[in-house]
Amino acid sequence: MQSIKHEVKQYVLDNFIMGASSQELQDDDSFMAGHFIDSTGILELISFLEQTFGIKVEDEEMVPDNLDSLNCIEHYVQRKLAVFAGRARKER
Amino acid sequence: MLLHQFLEQTARRLPDQVALVCRGTSYTYRQIDEAAARLGAAMQHRGVRRGDRVAIFLDNSVESVVSVYGTLKIGAVFMPVNALTKTDKLAYMLNDARAACLVTHTALRGIWDEALARSPSVRACIVVGGEIGESGADRFLSYRQATATGGMMRIEPAIDQDLASIIYTSGTTGDPKGVMLTHLNMVTAVNSVSGYLGYREDDVILCVLPLAFSYGLYQVLIGFKVGAKVVLEQNFAFPVQVLEVMQRERVTVLPGVPTIFTLLMAMKTLSQYDLRPLRMITNTAAALSEEHIRQLRGLFPQTALYSMYGLTECKRVTYLPPDQLEVRPTSVGRGMPNQEVWLVDELGRRLPNGSTGELVIRGSHVMRGYWGKPAETAERLKPGPIPGEMVLYSGDIFHTDSEGYLYFVARKGDIIKSRGEKVSPREVENALHSLPGVLEAAVVGVPDAMLGQAVKAFVVIKSGQRYSDKDVIKHCLTKLENFMVPKYVEFVDSIPKTDTGKIKKTGLA
Repeated sequence: MQSIKHEVKQYVLDNFIMGASSQELQDDDSFMAGHFIDSTGILELISFLEQTFGIKVEDEEMVPDNLDSLNCIEHYVQRKLAVFAGRARKER
Repeated sequence: MLLHQFLEQTARRLPDQVALVCRGTSYTYRQIDEAAARLGAAMQHRGVRRGDRVAIFLDNSVESVVSVYGTLKIGAVFMPVNALTKTDKLAYMLNDARAACLVTHTALRGIWDEALARSPSVRACIVVGGEIGESGADRFLSYRQATATGGMMRIEPAIDQDLASIIYTSGTTGDPKGVMLTHLNMVTAVNSVSGYLGYREDDVILCVLPLAFSYGLYQVLIGFKVGAKVVLEQNFAFPVQVLEVMQRERVTVLPGVPTIFTLLMAMKTLSQYDLRPLRMITNTAAALSEEHIRQLRGLFPQTALYSMYGLTECKRVTYLPPDQLEVRPTSVGRGMPNQEVWLVDELGRRLPNGSTGELVIRGSHVMRGYWGKPAETAERLKPGPIPGEMVLYSGDIFHTDSEGYLYFVARKGDIIKSRGEKVSPREVENALHSLPGVLEAAVVGVPDAMLGQAVKAFVVIKSGQRYSDKDVIKHCLTKLENFMVPKYVEFVDSIPKTDTGKIKKTGLA
């Protein structure tokens, strides 16, 4: 699923990362430690994820393990989508 | 009394008591005090002397706390710099203050590398989070090395008239101004604030505010005076994580700004956490709405809520005793102990209760002025009632009721308050003007439920030039701290002017 990471990376680059002089954002870089995103930025990122992937980020899921790097976000969104797909299958 | 002596006294009295909890690790008073002495010795060894400025460009961390005290112990002046600061502004501050030393982190290297290259005054750079070697080795030192060995620290004959800190603040002129604070200024503020809030040795203070912001910094300064435990978090980005820390550490004091309380109250899972030990919530930097106050009191009925008002130039001015919250919920209270406040009209005449005017503050906590800016200093510090004395003109307009309780009305000038931080429209406009093709720019604050005020930019661009709002925002991110970056950008054909050609902001929103 290259596309989740790719889409999120593009969003982060478009909205938070400073110009060409800044260092390249790696998939494992912590947004917080690297100061790519600050605390209100995380809220904007969450609304982006909700809108783009049709998921609902619950309060208790707003933790660094789910949201603090491109890799974390990809795993988290994949898990959310899998749960959603599983539920949809059962309902059918 | 010198500011760092609060730590030294507490370290003698309660050496094994936990002073700080940061990222899951606890540090005792003795550990902090000893690490600070070792860091101070390493700075001295690198040529940092009494009165020299030491910039601390770090996130909230044990290293930032140790750096504050290490600097003070050798009679030097600490300069906290927000970790969100970008290269140009960092270089400006290092040069403006002619800093001799920079303490920072490898994670921020993308910012400080270039700033340092432009700052010849910096003789020593102490870096947390890794070994700095090879190139320019004599300027760099790793923090680990600096605090590992026990070089002897020379005791400096500092007195309380010496500067303890320079804290940069946004001004209406666009250039940040360094607020000069002496040991006496800061010790006075610590004593007054800890006096009326009654911080105790058994308190557990949660600090999610940056130490570069004086409200955050004073949580440590006051906590260390009384021997409390300070739990230092980086920020409030992950509320659940902060709530878990609050529960685990049995936090008793929560200082915050309205944006933090808004986020907290929006948490549906808040009631699942055991926050019963919380005995005090304090708010400053921006006023809580009556609705916020009502909600907070509903959620934390056992907790005393303090509404306060202050400014970096003297730290704190007023507080509203919690028992007055029902009577006058929108007041920020009256003056704190050991200071005098009053309102003046435009001619500087003192006004009686029930008036509206500029707030003036008199006390030992009032700053020595703005570093290297005598004209700006003269606008704020004016002669007081006793010959030779200076009092602080806050630049904020207040109203008083018949009993002298203060109500914030407006700021003189056009400073925006977003997320509790001061944003200078001029500073943002300067950043906008550095984007090629921008002909005119005007920046205003617009109401925002989460931020208090959001930054909005009106921009006129040269015909033929094409930018999206994202392009403008991204450009600003390279120049400004994130909280100063416009949330909204509107492209317009022209910006309204007054007869004298000055930009007229009253119609913009």
